[in-house]
Amino acid sequence: MNQAMELSLYQLAAAYVFILILLAIVKLRKIDHEKEIILATIRMTLQLVIVGYLLTYIFQQNHYAFTLIVIFIMEGFAIYNIYQRVDGIINKKLKLVIAISMLSGTLTSIFFFLLVVINLEPWYYSRYFIPISGMLIGNSMTGISLGVQRLISGVKEKRAQIEAALMLGVTPKRATREIVNKAFSSAILPTINSMMGMGIVFLPGMMTGQILSGEAPLSAIRYQIAIMMGIAGSVSLTIVIFVYLGYKTFFNERAQLNINK
Amino acid sequence: MFSLENVKFKDVLDIKELKFPADEITCIVGPSGGGKTTLLKLLNNLVSVDEGQVLYRGQDVEKWDPIELRQEVIMISQQPVTFTETVGQELQVGFEMTGRQVPKEEKLKQMMQQMQLDKKLSTSVDLLSGGEKQRLALARSLLLNREVLLLDEPSSALDQATEEKVIQQLANYGHHNDITLIMVTHSLNIAQNYGDNTFEVKEGKIV
Repeated sequence: MNQAMELSLYQLAAAYVFILILLAIVKLRKIDHEKEIILATIRMTLQLVIVGYLLTYIFQQNHYAFTLIVIFIMEGFAIYNIYQRVDGIINKKLKLVIAISMLSGTLTSIFFFLLVVINLEPWYYSRYFIPISGMLIGNSMTGISLGVQRLISGVKEKRAQIEAALMLGVTPKRATREIVNKAFSSAILPTINSMMGMGIVFLPGMMTGQILSGEAPLSAIRYQIAIMMGIAGSVSLTIVIFVYLGYKTFFNERAQLNINK
Repeated sequence: MFSLENVKFKDVLDIKELKFPADEITCIVGPSGGGKTTLLKLLNNLVSVDEGQVLYRGQDVEKWDPIELRQEVIMISQQPVTFTETVGQELQVGFEMTGRQVPKEEKLKQMMQQMQLDKKLSTSVDLLSGGEKQRLALARSLLLNREVLLLDEPSSALDQATEEKVIQQLANYGHHNDITLIMVTHSLNIAQNYGDNTFEVKEGKIV
C-alpha cells in the first residue's frame, strides 16, 4: 500500500474521545485542570488548522519570500520562548547573545543541511525548507534554554570561586571554564540521549509521519538519520556560539564580575 | 607601591589620601562593615572607584591590564575557596589557571609545612576544616610568589597559637622575598607585632 489512508472528519472526531476520557477522570478525581485541558485542546486544534491552511497556501505559492518570512517568524518565536522559559531575569546583553547564537547557529545549519545534504532545488522549496527548519530551530531552542539556565545558575552558585580565581589573576574565560563546559553538556545531552534511544524507545515524529503517508520505511529512515545529524549539528553550533559569547556578559571590560545588573 | 587620592566608592569608602609603602607589611584594622575588604578589592581592581584614583607603581590601576595587574597583586578572600579535589591539586591550580609551570612537589610540601598544614598532598579538600582551608589558600597564593599580597583576615578561622605561627611565617616570608603585604586583621596584637604600618578604617574613612 503506497497511498496514505485519508482520515475522515468523523474518524478525527472520534479521536476527541480521548480528551473526553481525560476530562472525566479529572472531574472524578477533582483535579482542578478542566479549563486548561479544554483550552489546550481548542488551541491545539485551531492552531494546527490555521497552520494547515497557511502551509497549503505557502506550498502552493512556493515563493522564497514566504519561506523566509516563515523562517524568521519561527526564529522570533523560538527566541521569545527561550526568554520566557528561563527563570529569573536575563540581562540585555545575554538576551542579545541568545538571539545572535540562535540565528547564526540555526541558519548556518539549515542552509548547510538543505543546500549540501538534501541539495534542494530551488533552494527555497517550501515543502522541505519549512518543516526541516522547524525541527532544527525547535531542537536548538530546547538545547539553548537548558544551556542558558545552567550558565546563569552556575555563575551564581560559583560566584565566590570565580571571584577567588579573578583575585589570583585568572582570566574570566578560564575562571568560568568548568561552568561553561557544564552548560554545554546539559544543552547537548537531550540530543545525544534521543540519538541513543532512536528507533528502539520511540519512532521519531518525522519518520512516523512519512511512513503513515505512504513512504517506504527505509527511505523514511534515511531522512531521519540525516535530520538527526542536522539537529545534533544545529544544537551544538548554536550552543557553542552561545556559551562562547555568553560567559562574557557576566563580566565588564575591567574583567570584574557583574551579575547584579 | 600604592597610593590613593580622593577615592570614593559608593557610600562605602571615602579616602582623601593613603599610601602603601613597597616591601613592607601594612595592617588594616577596624570594625566590620567599615570598608576594609572593599579597600583591598580596589587595590586589585576587582572593583573600580567611582571618583578619584588608585595608583599602582605610579600608574592608575584603571590603565593597567586587569589580568596583568592581578597577577602581580593577588588577593585572598576571607572565606577560603577550593577549586579542586585534593590538597596537591589545590596547590598547583593557581599555576595551572594562570598558565605557568607548576613547581616541584618538594616545594609544595615545604610551603605546607610553613603554613602549619600537616596533610598529605593526596588528602581530599573536603576533609579539611575551615582553618585548614584558610592555610591551604594562603599556601596556594604564597607559592605563586607575586609582588603584592592582599590578605583579607588570613587567620580568622585559626586558633590563637596557630594564628601566631602562621602570621610569623607570613611576615618572614614577606620580608625575606621583598613582598608588599597588605593585611586586613581583626587582631590589634598582630597589627602591633608584625605591621610596619597600621591604620584603621572606620565607616569608610581612615582614622
